[in-house]
Amino acid sequence: MELTGAQILLECLKREGVDVLFGFPGGAVIDIYDELPNHPLKHVLVRHEQGAIHAADGYARATGKAGVCLVTSGPGATNTVTGIATAYMDSIPVVIFTGQVPTPLIGNDAFQEVDIVGITRPCTKHNYLVKDVRDLAMTIRRAFYLARSGRPGPVLVDLPKDVQQAVTEFVYPNDEQIRMRSYNPTVKPNKRQLKKVVDLVRQAEKPVIYAGGGVISAEASEDLTWLAKRLNIPVTATLMGLGCFPADDPLWLGMLGMHGTYAANRAIQDSDLIMAVGARFDDRVTGKIAEFAPKAKLVHVDIDPTSIQKNVTVDVPIVAECGQALKGLRELVEKEGESLNNDEARIGWAKQTVDWELEHPLRYAPAKAGEPIKPQFVVEKIYELTKGEAIITTEVGQNQMWAAQFYGFTKPRTFITSGGLGTMGYGFPAAIGAQMAFPDKLVIDVAGDGSIQMNIQELATAVCHNLPVKIVILNNGYLGMVRQWQELFYERNYCATCMDAQPDFVRLAESYGAAGYRVEREEDVEVVLKEAFAVDKPAIVDVRVSKEENVYPMVPAGKSLTEMLLV
Amino acid sequence: MEARRHVLSVTVENEPGVLSRVAGLFSGRGFNIESLNVGPTLEKGVSQMTITTTGDDFIIEQIVKQLRKLVMTIKVKDLTEVKSVEREMVLIKVNAEDSRRAEILRIVDIFRCKVVDVSQEELTIEVTGDQGKIKAIINMLQRFGIKDIARTGTVAMKRSMQD
Ligand SMILES: Cc1ncc(C[n+]2csc(CCOP(=O)(O)OP(=O)(O)O)c2C)c(N)n1
Repeated sequence: MELTGAQILLECLKREGVDVLFGFPGGAVIDIYDELPNHPLKHVLVRHEQGAIHAADGYARATGKAGVCLVTSGPGATNTVTGIATAYMDSIPVVIFTGQVPTPLIGNDAFQEVDIVGITRPCTKHNYLVKDVRDLAMTIRRAFYLARSGRPGPVLVDLPKDVQQAVTEFVYPNDEQIRMRSYNPTVKPNKRQLKKVVDLVRQAEKPVIYAGGGVISAEASEDLTWLAKRLNIPVTATLMGLGCFPADDPLWLGMLGMHGTYAANRAIQDSDLIMAVGARFDDRVTGKIAEFAPKAKLVHVDIDPTSIQKNVTVDVPIVAECGQALKGLRELVEKEGESLNNDEARIGWAKQTVDWELEHPLRYAPAKAGEPIKPQFVVEKIYELTKGEAIITTEVGQNQMWAAQFYGFTKPRTFITSGGLGTMGYGFPAAIGAQMAFPDKLVIDVAGDGSIQMNIQELATAVCHNLPVKIVILNNGYLGMVRQWQELFYERNYCATCMDAQPDFVRLAESYGAAGYRVEREEDVEVVLKEAFAVDKPAIVDVRVSKEENVYPMVPAGKSLTEMLLV
Repeated sequence: MEARRHVLSVTVENEPGVLSRVAGLFSGRGFNIESLNVGPTLEKGVSQMTITTTGDDFIIEQIVKQLRKLVMTIKVKDLTEVKSVEREMVLIKVNAEDSRRAEILRIVDIFRCKVVDVSQEELTIEVTGDQGKIKAIINMLQRFGIKDIARTGTVAMKRSMQD
């Protein structure tokens, strides 16, 4: 069958199981758009290419499938860079198709030419410039294979206009053909290493599981939960790992790190065995590295060998996909029978961690009569009303941390946030992606008044596609998280963090055809949230919260986890 | 931990952009490249890079792992860990007035290198050797006044088994 490059692209997408494409057209991709109506693919027209890439990323995080976006050359392509870096840092499978000027013009500073392959080299897992239409199908298949396998990540394919127009015989490469001898991620764990873990677990009196986003991307929550419960090991998780272990279980310690719970950080510092699974010892997690978990032996399971021994010295490194490693461990533990958790010390340890939770729970000073609404209260209400069943996305800043702290995540893929890069403007387009994947679920973007203004234009996208995403703005009138640092570490020099001249978010929402609400009193929070959640269109709830509320606990940057500022 | 010089041999698929991915990896992560050398291998579509770098064990481990992680990397070997041969080729243009010419030629002879270009005032010398030899001859020629120097960077290969 002879097809054009544009047709080949769409044909390949269909066979890769892609059903949604987030994009924005331009001269360099017009041939692809010309073909689009002939295909069953749903196309979501965003209002800014950053929206397209974040939406594709949100779709990927919500579903576990690869997200796909399509943009034009030059400015279209560069507008995706922040989103690509966001996906890269959090290991999210997305495939980005960018238009490129025709091959004879490449390198000539042609109109809308930019070396996007060069620009994105440091923030993609891999990228390609397709110069010959005969390579196209193979390249696309490899792009998906790379994005999804091993440590997932974004892969970019740059498509010159003449390649899209050229015609060739379409042959869809098979699985064997797309294999590369230079790319063989280790997915199976080493058995001997797993046995060592079991031995360490047997000896440990104060073990802790420290889980990260890798558990979620490997769909390994169930095995992780099973192991923790069976072995009576308390669990903490990174921001990216939230939802991989049920927050309503007694073994749950809460998140660890800079804004982690007292119990989690204390447990880490006291523990004698840490089993890190799919987490990478980020500096926001470890605090001062030299003082991280001084008494603990470390087990580290990660699919990416470069993550192991990068920040900390590990006693038992296991390079494997987390799911495979946890399954392997589970089998060993099942064989070992009761011998592994009969220990009184272990029971004492679990009890100790619960005592710490009771001693210093996550808390805030509730608003007194007439005082402004507390942001934490709003997140608690959202949790109460949704019973933990919603998909929560966040922007970046205090809003993100409060969402992480006060919403009890019980299932994987229900918390979608930019962890590694901390990208303001991520949450709303990501929510659009998640809602596209799950039209019947309640998807809520917990936002700050600063961040939401970074991609607010996507309201039009949400309205246009009937995506009833809810945006709850915890509106403190500040770039709150930066203001918090200024307050604590820069003598309250609130330079450039006061968001004066805010738009009227209610009218803004309405002008786009969405619903808008404002809440100024605590007693109205529940009623308004209920109404907004029920309305069958996108909605903004502008909640005026107390302006100088801080996120606690807090481990100041560079301090050890024992040096927490509590409320 | 002590920083040491390491010679890494990296086999890669010869795709566009591989070199800049490798170089970018070093610059982006703050690793140091002393020299980087690329050429084709016997096998079509496969290139061999020799990278000289310095770092302590921890940094070298990171470099090796990061290189392996690149999608186009087939193999990474740290030749510092095994017996290997190392060579670099250097062109040295040196001041050579008549009165000192004989002396320079004697050095060329001792070091078994070659004069590849001559003029009234200068000699251009081609040297091939390991780091020690190159350093030594540069040292010897310094006092005549070196006008220009061009170095290829190290190429290296594991020695054949001898026992
Ligand atoms: C794109 C981008 N620019 C700047 C920052 C730095 N930054 C981190 S948190 C923050 C404040 C966010 O303010 P807002 O969205 O109002 O949320 P709040 O902290 O008040 O909840 C800023 C500016 C960032 N993370 N991302």
